[in-house]
Amino acid sequence: MPVVPQSFAKRGTLTTAYWLRCRECGKTYGHQPLSICDECFSPLEVAYDLEYAKTRFTRDTISQGPLNMWRYQALLPVKDSYVPQTPSGLTPLVRAPRLGTQFGAKNLYIKNDAVCMPTLSFKDRVVAVALANAQDFGFDTVGCSSTGNLANAVAAHAARLGLKTYILVPSDLEPAKILNTQVYGATLVRVDGNYDHVNRLSSQIAERYNWGFVNVNLRPYYAEGSKTVGFEIAEQLGWRLPDNVVVPMAGGSLITKIRKAFNELIELGLVEDKPVKFFGAQATGCSPIAKAVKNDTDVIEPQRPSTIARSLAIGNPADGIYASRVIRGTGGWAEDVSDVEIVSAIQELAETEGIFTETAGGVTTAVTARLYAHGRIKPDELTVTCITGNGLKTTDCLSGAYDESRAIRPRLADFETFVEEHNAASQGLSLAGESHGG
Amino acid sequence: MAVKVLLPNAFQKHTNNVKEISSTAANLPELVTDIEGRFPALRQHLRGDDGQIRRFINFYVNEEDIRFLGNEKYAFQEGDEVLVIPSIAGGSC
Repeated sequence: MPVVPQSFAKRGTLTTAYWLRCRECGKTYGHQPLSICDECFSPLEVAYDLEYAKTRFTRDTISQGPLNMWRYQALLPVKDSYVPQTPSGLTPLVRAPRLGTQFGAKNLYIKNDAVCMPTLSFKDRVVAVALANAQDFGFDTVGCSSTGNLANAVAAHAARLGLKTYILVPSDLEPAKILNTQVYGATLVRVDGNYDHVNRLSSQIAERYNWGFVNVNLRPYYAEGSKTVGFEIAEQLGWRLPDNVVVPMAGGSLITKIRKAFNELIELGLVEDKPVKFFGAQATGCSPIAKAVKNDTDVIEPQRPSTIARSLAIGNPADGIYASRVIRGTGGWAEDVSDVEIVSAIQELAETEGIFTETAGGVTTAVTARLYAHGRIKPDELTVTCITGNGLKTTDCLSGAYDESRAIRPRLADFETFVEEHNAASQGLSLAGESHGG
Repeated sequence: MAVKVLLPNAFQKHTNNVKEISSTAANLPELVTDIEGRFPALRQHLRGDDGQIRRFINFYVNEEDIRFLGNEKYAFQEGDEVLVIPSIAGGSC
């Protein structure tokens, strides 16, 4: 049972019902820009007064809320009086029958954050919460270390809120993600090194400058935004939990926060308690959490990333230990897939369900396929796979995948010739496939 | 032979606000012993109940995670800069 800080125990005119708490020793810290416990140097997270939330976080109040992630405001770390400025989230949860047929799945859903607004990744959710707190703490400058999506989100949200930004990224980031950061007027700092180098530098900067680094000193608040993925899945399923969730893992935070969201819904009586298995997805070129799960441990051995899934390329995952615990504790599993499989999965998801995802989504889709193939997920089980980013940001991974078709003259005869040639080519490919299949 | 050691803000409550020290430690175990000797109040916070350095504390040598350099077997070089970062933050999904 957490100890509620005195200042929060008696609410009176206070409008906060949450506080920071060490994930390991339980020490509480109130409300401040801090991510590390000064007693045991472990990460902090946000804890809530769930008794207070019971009166404010109900199916009715949620249904009357805005059509975005802020409908769950009562279980996000912002004051009651906070007026949201950044409407993100409430993305589609869609059935995926055609992809399911490919996988042998009969009850597969996709949570599609490839269309999360405004920057087309689930990072809009976490940044919305982080910057609400940055403003509350009085920061005029915010920043982050990022593999791309977070950079885009911080830049866009900060522009809307009138905050200055410093954004640090690995120098080899995809051009689209760099452009999609600079266009918002952000100060972009490209760092020679991988994400883990960038991240370490960000930790130093956050200690030196009085800035709000969303994934350093604002991290406990930022991470809470991920819970809205879990809240939405439950609400969109008609206030019930799925049997399985498949989640991409970089730092390992998202999968733990979806679990936290489900647990909060259960505790508040919004959904029936039931076992949910959590499955983690990584690229083989950066798979420290998957490796830990396969070795049945929560000891994370850092890796040097080498994969096209740059948004998942974090060799020293901050929440890896907790992700491994969630997966193993719920009877789930973790898998990792090759770069070739990632690209094929991007194409397969696009061709079957009309969803164009980035490389991280390719990882999740390929891992989902393998989980069905290996029998870890049964065909009839209600399974949600989380697509977290948009394919328009990583088109370079598909370069060379498609021939540039020759232009035809604007004549019907030319079009008919084109169709005949196209059909013949398709038939040839089909026959070749049958021949190989033998 | 001396190395520069940068301590994180989270340590300062236990180090009288000292942020940087110079150490003649030859390797990581010697460095930890040196730090604990200088700041006895830090010791109980650095180590868990099992006596081991807590798992969230990371050591970097000249920008590289010491675990990639051989960890405890790595021999510090003259001029090395050692950075201590608890609970490395950051991360994507």
